Amino acid sequence: MKKNWRSSALFAYSLAILAFLYLPLLILTLYSFNDSRINAVWTGFTFKWYIALLHNQRVLEALTNSLMIAAVSTFVSTILGTMAALALNRYTYKYKAVINGLLYLPILIPEIVMGLSLLVLFSQTSVPLGKVTLILAHITFCLSFVIITVNARLEGMHKDLEQAASDLYATPWQTFRYITFPLALPGIVAGALIAFTLSIDDFVISFFVAGPNSTTLPLYVYAMVKRGISPEINALSTVLMFATISLIIIAQVLQPQHTSSKKEKE
Amino acid sequence: MRKGKLLVAPAISWLIFFFGVPMLIVIAVSFAARTPYGQVIFNFTFANYQRFLEPLYIRIFVDTVFTALVTTLITFCMGYPLAYSISKLPHKWQQPGLILVMIPFWINFLIRSYAWVVILRSQGLINTLLLKLGWITQPLPLLYNDYAVMLGMVYALLPFMVLPIYVSIEQLDHRLLEAASDLGAKPFTAFRKVTFPLTLPGVAAGSILVFISSLGMFVVPDVMGGAKSALIGNLIQNQFLSARDWPFGSSLSIVLAVLALVLIVLYYKAIQKQEGGTNNEEKLA
Repeated sequence: MKKNWRSSALFAYSLAILAFLYLPLLILTLYSFNDSRINAVWTGFTFKWYIALLHNQRVLEALTNSLMIAAVSTFVSTILGTMAALALNRYTYKYKAVINGLLYLPILIPEIVMGLSLLVLFSQTSVPLGKVTLILAHITFCLSFVIITVNARLEGMHKDLEQAASDLYATPWQTFRYITFPLALPGIVAGALIAFTLSIDDFVISFFVAGPNSTTLPLYVYAMVKRGISPEINALSTVLMFATISLIIIAQVLQPQHTSSKKEKE
Repeated sequence: MRKGKLLVAPAISWLIFFFGVPMLIVIAVSFAARTPYGQVIFNFTFANYQRFLEPLYIRIFVDTVFTALVTTLITFCMGYPLAYSISKLPHKWQQPGLILVMIPFWINFLIRSYAWVVILRSQGLINTLLLKLGWITQPLPLLYNDYAVMLGMVYALLPFMVLPIYVSIEQLDHRLLEAASDLGAKPFTAFRKVTFPLTLPGVAAGSILVFISSLGMFVVPDVMGGAKSALIGNLIQNQFLSARDWPFGSSLSIVLAVLALVLIVLYYKAIQKQEGGTNNEEKLA
C-alpha cells in the first residue's frame, strides 16, 4: 500500500516535469493561431500569421538560405562522415586516441567558442562572411554527429554477412556495394537527417559567421525577438519547431535501438 | 590500412582546418594586443588574462558559476525522478518516453527561450490571466531578471540530465536489486543503497553536461535576462560583436573551453578508474 502511494507520487511528479517541458511549446503553438496582435487574450482562431509569413520577402529569403545551406552542409558532412565512420569501424590506427579526440571535440567544446573561433579564422584569412562561411561552419559541426550516428549503426551490424560475401569471392567493392552499404543505409540516412536538423536549427554558430546577405531562419527569429514580440514570430517559431520535431522523429525511427540489440547479445 | 587512411583523411583534414587551426588562432589572439580601432596586433601579452581580476569580471564569473551550479542542482532534482520513472515503464513504452524527453533537446534554445517570453512578459499569458482575475493590478515583472534566466537555463538543459541518468539506470544489474530485496531490504532502502550509488556515474555525466552547457550559454540570458544578468557567454559575445575586443574575448573563451575540457577529462578518469578492467582491454586492442 505504502509502496503504491510512493510510486504514484513519483509518476505524478514525472508527468508534471513532462508538462513543464511541453507546455511552453504548446502555448507558443496555440498563440501562433491567435487572432489578436497584442496576443495576450485569445480572440479567435486564424491562419493569417502563417499567410503573412508567405508574403514576407525577408522570411522567404531566410528560408531559401536556410534550406540551401542545410542541403549543402548535409551532403558534404554525410559523405565525409560516412567515409570516416566506415574507416574507424574497420581499421585500427596508430593515433586512434588523437583521431577520436579530434572527431569528438567539436561536440564537447562550448558552441560559442566554436562559433567565434571560426569567425576569427575567416577574418584572419580575409574570407568575407556570408553563405560560404555559413556552409563551412555548418559542415564542421555536423561532421562529428554524422560520424557518431553512422558508427552506432555499423557497430550494431553483424559482420557475418560481409564475411560470407568475401568467402563467396565478392570483391571488396562488391561487398561494400551489396552488403555493407545497404545495411548501413538507415544509419547514414539518420546521420543525414540529424545533420540537416542541426543546420536548419543552428543559431549560436551561425550568429558569429553570418554576413549581411545570409540571414537564416533562426537568425531572422532572433532579430525579430530583439525588436519586440509579434505574432509572426510565433508562427515562424512554430514552423521551425515542427520541422525539427518531424526530422528528429524520422531519424530516431531509423536508428538502431541500443538497448534491444544489447539484450540479444546476452 | 592504406584504404583506411584514405577514407578517414578528408574528415580529419576538414576538422584540422576548420576546428583545430581556428582554436590555435584563438589561443594566439588571446595573447595578442589590439589597436584602439579593434585591430588585432600580435604583441605577446598576458594582459587579457589579467583583466579577469578586475572586480566587474570576477563578479560575472562568480555569477556564471553560481547560475551553472544551481541549474545543475535543479535539473538533477527534476531529471533523476523523470529518468527513473521512464526506466520503470513497460518495455515498449520506454523508447517513446525517452524520445518525448529528447525532442525539446533538438529545438534550439532561442525558440525555447522565446516560448517563455510569450508566457512571462508583462502582456504575457500569466500576467494577463492574473489581471483578468483581479488578483493583481499591475503586471508582475516576471521576465528580464535573474530568476527568469535560471528558469530558462533549467528548461533548456533538463534533457541533458535525463538521458545519461536513464542510460545508467537501464544498465543496472537487476540481480543486485533482487538480492537486496531477498535480504529483506525495503524498496526505498534498496534504492538508497543499491540503485542510487550505482547510477552515480550517470548523474555525474548529466551534471557535467548541464554545467558545461550553462557556463557557455548566451542565448537564454540574452533573451530572458535583464541588463544585469550578463554571464560569461554574453561577455564573450559582446567582445566579439560590439566591443570589438577580440583578444579579451578570445582569452575568455579559452578559459571557458579549458574549464569544459578539464571537467570532461576528470569525468573520464573517474569512469575509467571505476571500470578498471575494460581500460586494459582497450590497451590490448
